[in-house]
Amino acid sequence: MTPQQIIFLLTAFVAVFSAVNVVSTRNMVHAALWLIATLFGAAVLFALLEASFIAVVQVVVYIGAIAIMFIFAVMLTRRDIREGGPQHNPGWWSAAVISVLVFASLVVVLSNWSGFNTVSAPPVPEDSLVLLGKALVSPDAFVLPFEVASVLLLSALVGAVYVAIGNKK
Amino acid sequence: MVPLSWYLILAAALFSIGLFGVLSRKNAIAILLGIELMMNAVNINLVAFWRYANPTLMAGQVFTIIVFAVAAAEVAVGLALVISIYRRHNTVVAEDLNLMKW
Repeated sequence: MTPQQIIFLLTAFVAVFSAVNVVSTRNMVHAALWLIATLFGAAVLFALLEASFIAVVQVVVYIGAIAIMFIFAVMLTRRDIREGGPQHNPGWWSAAVISVLVFASLVVVLSNWSGFNTVSAPPVPEDSLVLLGKALVSPDAFVLPFEVASVLLLSALVGAVYVAIGNKK
Repeated sequence: MVPLSWYLILAAALFSIGLFGVLSRKNAIAILLGIELMMNAVNINLVAFWRYANPTLMAGQVFTIIVFAVAAAEVAVGLALVISIYRRHNTVVAEDLNLMKW
């Protein structure tokens, strides 16, 4: 076992444990906090994969913005959460069966793929961040998806403000 | 080095847990939390494939960034809808919202 594998296993255990808590805990504020733990686990994995920029963006955007927004929304709708009542639909066991089936079929399909047991990877170029920046804005790479994503963000911003502000008379 | 299969199995597990959350939870905000878990699993897959296939091609990381943008947009609109519905109907339980059910 290399140190990287030990780090991976610890992080994976924490991530899966907190993900299970996200979907099973009663208290919604706790669920949002467990989601933050899972997102931190993913950030550690990105760092382990030598995707430094993605790891930082994961912490800044996911934990700093999205998770905080979840906590705000939970607190704004707090009165409704009946701590005593059931938090899951009556047919939750069929949801569990479907999830286990999806997991099993994903693993079966992936294990039949020839690249599944790849152990070694080519070295990451020194200037991978420069390459990423150039790929995002170069016309023969990903400038169109990048611009579409920015238009999507802008329209989502306008739409969210319009929907949330309500019609005040 | 960590085998690629470990990342793929972890991402599949996180995706399935998120799917369970989406299918079984009553609270609309909890459903959105499940969707976040699923998107996170997809991101882990994308970055792992980038690392193990060809790190000089940045497609995996670029798509991860686009998934970040889509997740932010989805959460903004989703939570705005939940808060607006909560204001009008005083509930965030997904099965009570049957106004458009025919």
